[in-house]
Amino acid sequence: MSTQTETGRTTVIKVDCLARVEGEGALYIKLKGDRIQDVKFKIHEPPRLFEAFLRGRHIREAPDITARICGICPIAYQMNAVHAIERALKVSPEPAIRMLRRLFYCGEWIESHALHVFLLHAPDFLGYDDVIAMAREHRETVEKALRLKKIGNAIVAIMGGREIHPVSAAVGGFHAVPGKSELNTLLPDLEWALETSLETVKLVSGLPFPDFDQDYEFVSLSHPGEYPLNEGRIISNKGLDIDVSEYEDHFLEQQVKHSNALHSLLRERGSYMVGPLARLNLNFERLPEQARAVASECGFTLPCTNPFKSIIARAIEMVFACHEAIRIISEYEVPEIPCMETAVHAGTGQAATEAPRGLLYHRYVFDDAGQILAAKIIPPTSQNQKRIEDDLWQYLPQLLGKPEEEMTLRCEQAIRNYDPCISCATHFLRLRIDRQGEPCPRS
Amino acid sequence: MNSDTGMKPKIAIFKFASCDGCQLSLLELEDSLLDLVNAVEIAYFPEASRRMLKGPYDIGLVEGSITTHHDAERIQRVRRESKTLVTIGACATAGGIQALRNWKDVGEFVRFVYAKPDFISTLKMSTPVAEHVPVDFELRGCPINKLHLVELIGAMLAGRKPNIPTYSVCMECKRRGNVCLAVSASLPCLGPVTQAGCGAICPAYHRACYGCFGPMENPNPTALAGRFEAQGHADRDIMRAFRMFNAWSWQFRQVSEERERR
Repeated sequence: MSTQTETGRTTVIKVDCLARVEGEGALYIKLKGDRIQDVKFKIHEPPRLFEAFLRGRHIREAPDITARICGICPIAYQMNAVHAIERALKVSPEPAIRMLRRLFYCGEWIESHALHVFLLHAPDFLGYDDVIAMAREHRETVEKALRLKKIGNAIVAIMGGREIHPVSAAVGGFHAVPGKSELNTLLPDLEWALETSLETVKLVSGLPFPDFDQDYEFVSLSHPGEYPLNEGRIISNKGLDIDVSEYEDHFLEQQVKHSNALHSLLRERGSYMVGPLARLNLNFERLPEQARAVASECGFTLPCTNPFKSIIARAIEMVFACHEAIRIISEYEVPEIPCMETAVHAGTGQAATEAPRGLLYHRYVFDDAGQILAAKIIPPTSQNQKRIEDDLWQYLPQLLGKPEEEMTLRCEQAIRNYDPCISCATHFLRLRIDRQGEPCPRS
Repeated sequence: MNSDTGMKPKIAIFKFASCDGCQLSLLELEDSLLDLVNAVEIAYFPEASRRMLKGPYDIGLVEGSITTHHDAERIQRVRRESKTLVTIGACATAGGIQALRNWKDVGEFVRFVYAKPDFISTLKMSTPVAEHVPVDFELRGCPINKLHLVELIGAMLAGRKPNIPTYSVCMECKRRGNVCLAVSASLPCLGPVTQAGCGAICPAYHRACYGCFGPMENPNPTALAGRFEAQGHADRDIMRAFRMFNAWSWQFRQVSEERERR
């Protein structure tokens, strides 16, 4: 899967098809002697041009359509569309609906984090090609992982009818909401999932981590009363603190030749990191006591600036998501009206939520008939893309002199630290706001 | 199905333009995943493994539609390497939601999304796999039903035809005991022309079917569109209803174009 060629003292490492990432990516590294000449994390996933074909569709179709950007985190996409449109229509559903939406996200986080921690990332640390090989020697752990994932999916399926592309999300609430007894059936499994997540934190804390700390700018949502899922201000550890509507004033996108996904940058500061490690660094004190306790028991201290430890951050977030799901289900009262009536009028709305892989941003502009005039979607992986390349530049010097296969594997692992979802990154390439001739409305 | 070597049959999963959701269904099998990998050899599945065995493969599962020159060539190779080729999901089977470009100027789409459109190579149309190579079986859905995948692999192993229904969502809806939303609430429900397979989840969640599984066998979408019109739905809304994830299937395409022309 990788090829290395040596011409004189020039070495080229190419991984044409990166494995255990969602979507199609490639890695290209060029070394001259001990000097790194080029590093490219390439995304060659074919563009699907969602932002272009969303124009002319009705706002009520946006949640179903945008879900199809990503089969791994469809809830983040459909709910982000719902939130952005509700902001434009100035609609705020009742607290019980808000809690159900948090529960919906918890399901997706548990499912997606279990998938990445055990099936996609752990094999790197333990030296397996995949989870199937890992299961031969760690069958019990893999069975637990699959059960954890299944429990996350069970939340999604009860809430939305099926695990992938669930059907219940709607502007104004949900098409239908679950009954109390239906949700209660999840509790015994969630108690088990909480215990297993706590064990997982301990398990992954014992993995071997390279010494590799970077001066990151972490970016995530932040909410005064809760660990962020679908609401909050956008903050960073370097002073950013903005309303979601200001996102495009602070972040910009760059198109680079080697990628079908645009690179996101913070204006005048460059690359940044979104995702579990960023969220944890910025919101640690809002985790439940149990999650904080297990983190400190395992020696996980803040700030944590080693991206390889994102696997621990994901496990800690699974503890949070199970804990939060149990809390929401225990306090749940069926809302009187599943979906508020909403009068459609022209508007512009932005929203950001925390997809499993990090901050996701949507903006919609639509007319009085609810027809979409412009859409912008910025997925977490396109935001992390530049940071992934920066990490590789910094990490490679540690690997010089190692055997080629190991070097390739370690670079792949460094990319997988970000759980990149390449399908998302490309399926959402974004419209340029400074294009000539066709002004795009801004908020 | 037996491979020539008498070894476990080799399965490969190929991705084209798609969301990854259908191939993820394989990992969503959770309970049966470890049993499945005992029965077959997952020889090529980049989303899950670094180990990529060379073909030929006994079963090639193809996710995604064809949208680039490179992919149009690649699907030919995939066909040559796969004894049995099965498309999984609406993208591979009908072109997917990205087939909405087929009615527009894709050059304008690319210029709209990218600052430097010259770097981007894409075809004018998003097309189903069957427009490029012969396909042995199609699994419908956006996403597919993971139990259909188990049935398909099981049937292939046993050398029989997969038992996948081709009747409409209405059949599942009745069996589920849902109230008919087309009749009781005059919603533009695609259930009568859409192939079963999802379990009629949308009507169970109080919303109209939006056609994830594409046209059933011998549907009559023109008649259904007429019924929507009689219920007071505008041509534009009727056009949009048929122009979703299976928009490029000829049965849905025909009726959406008919409504667009009005």
